[in-house]
Amino acid sequence: MALLEVEGLVKHFVAERSLFGRALAHVKAVDGVSFSLDAGKTLALVGESGCGKSTVSRLVLRLIEPDAGTVRFDGRDLLSLDAGGLRAFRREAQIIFQDPYASLNPRMTVGQILTEPLALHGLVPAARRPERVAELLRLVGLEPRLARRYPHEFSGGQRQRIAIARALAVEPKLIICDEPVSALDVSIRSQILNLLRELQDRLGLAYIFVSHDLAVVKHIADHVAVMNLGQIVETAEADALFAAPRHPYSRALLSAIPVPKPRAKRSRIVLQGEIPSALNPPAGCRFHTRCPYVVDRCRSEMPRLVADGIGHATACHRASELPSSAAIVPSDGGFSPVLEKLVAAFSGGPEAVRGGGVSSLGTDLA
Amino acid sequence: MSASPLIEISDLRIRFHGDDGRVTHAVDSVDLSVANGATLGLVGESGCGKSVTSLAIMGLLPKQSAEITGSIRFDGFDLLKTPDQTLRDLRGNRLAMIFQEPMTSLNPSFTIGDQIIETILRHRGGSRKSARDRAIELLRRVHIPSPERRIDEYPHKLSGGMRQRVMIAMALACDPRLLIADEPTTALDVTLQAQILELMRELKAASGAAIILITHDLGVVAEVCDEVAVMYAGEIVERAPVDELFATPQHPYTVGLLGSIPRLDHRAEQLATIEGMVPNMAQPPAGCRFAARCPFVLDACTKAPPPLVEISSGHLSRCIRAPLELLVS
Repeated sequence: MALLEVEGLVKHFVAERSLFGRALAHVKAVDGVSFSLDAGKTLALVGESGCGKSTVSRLVLRLIEPDAGTVRFDGRDLLSLDAGGLRAFRREAQIIFQDPYASLNPRMTVGQILTEPLALHGLVPAARRPERVAELLRLVGLEPRLARRYPHEFSGGQRQRIAIARALAVEPKLIICDEPVSALDVSIRSQILNLLRELQDRLGLAYIFVSHDLAVVKHIADHVAVMNLGQIVETAEADALFAAPRHPYSRALLSAIPVPKPRAKRSRIVLQGEIPSALNPPAGCRFHTRCPYVVDRCRSEMPRLVADGIGHATACHRASELPSSAAIVPSDGGFSPVLEKLVAAFSGGPEAVRGGGVSSLGTDLA
Repeated sequence: MSASPLIEISDLRIRFHGDDGRVTHAVDSVDLSVANGATLGLVGESGCGKSVTSLAIMGLLPKQSAEITGSIRFDGFDLLKTPDQTLRDLRGNRLAMIFQEPMTSLNPSFTIGDQIIETILRHRGGSRKSARDRAIELLRRVHIPSPERRIDEYPHKLSGGMRQRVMIAMALACDPRLLIADEPTTALDVTLQAQILELMRELKAASGAAIILITHDLGVVAEVCDEVAVMYAGEIVERAPVDELFATPQHPYTVGLLGSIPRLDHRAEQLATIEGMVPNMAQPPAGCRFAARCPFVLDACTKAPPPLVEISSGHLSRCIRAPLELLVS
């Protein structure tokens, strides 16, 4: 059984009210989203700003209340939980945010930040809490002595580690990662991605990973759901999606990924026009205003998400007649053999390098 | 091409004097040049000095606290010795810059038309009517739909991608010879990023301007740059033509950066990481600034600062262990 099952989730925010408080306009942030997630797996939600991916992640945690739909977690219906039940649920599902600067209280030490969830949920007897804090810090690769310090004394990457440690404090089954590495530098980003992977393997965590960085998504996700204007337009195993995206929107999105290879083979689809407003989404298929394959039917009839039997579902009237998409995702063609070896040596540390301590060149230049 | 570069920076050093008397070495002995029509990528992580270098070119660093030495030759001027009045004539005219945050770099209380027209009138003069026509033309060039109508809108009415296009239109208003783009696509979605990169390529082809592109995204570098300079802790640690940098990087920091990018073709279980932290630039280390984080480090690395040495034609590295391929062959 899936850990998390989401069915027909809807959230419309009121954008404008009349003088008497009657809603005049709604932003259709999430409009009929369904997916499921198994324990220990990663589902990535991708799409452009405003597509509703962050709203979905907050609905799943009931940080905001949905207008319709169901969310089942471990067999329980989340939307019918009372305050006590909800609090118990929060122990099983946690969230980490994009901005590690804003998500930690600057007036609390790291020790206090990590003790708070333990105390709130009464998880560890007070006397044993410092020990648990030390264990959590070690788990995310920080030294236990750092518990006495304040968030401002840490770098961005270290703060994100603290945020992860706080999420882990309650031993959750699910962590929602909302753009967890977008604010970090490349080398720090790889540390956090490695850490998330390692923790998943060790603790059997499930992740919902919200990101607009598709190379990162390819790296971390088992499953991907592509969202456009509040709806899922395509969902598939990550490998299947990146091998051959089907929906015209996914094709455009994946074709645009910048790859670290000069003159990489690519057939980029540059979308024309602006993203339509979620305040007034187009009738029919919500992508039709930007779709290069649009036909009349797309303008009037909303396509349903249809699965193909091996878990690859697409919401497009023309899915079966579109040209092959095998060469859509740009190829970085792999690193040069020299670079591949250098990267391996870089990761392997000093002993991986030939010659160890002495370099013939080093002596005459130094 | 190398005979007369459009801009030539030599031995640029920038120190910031803090109120508490501390001196931070933000940029040290940077040499760079860009030829007409070429695109140079300036790559590095937060705090490496790449944005400070670009602000020095534009003459936008605070005079009270920033001590700048060296020279920046552009179009017959040494920008570091040019009087403010002349700099003002150059900026927005032959020298233009676009920033990462299109929302904060546009004035919210003026229409985008007012802001573009102001630039044109300041540098080119002429009537308001002709400046307005030119502004509409510029908006059309950066693919803003119905520019005749859009020109009278305020920045908040536009999406992020449109605002960035307005910034580009403004930068292009006076046909600059050099365009500095500081993380121009970082705040944008991939689809918009693709549009903006395409646009920059188009404009370069049309106008022959040189571009300095500041970014931390090596994917973007691979796509639009001809040459790349990698900065670490205020210094250039490697400079190479773009193909060479990605095929045979000659500085361990570059290797670490390339290894830490998740790749599409290859699912690595673990990405490379660069352990440790950037050195404190109030007291830069005596030897190589990357030594403390470098897996290829030798004793000699920590003794004296390594010079920037040409490894092969046009490929420079500040590493005494280069050529690095000898370490793994």
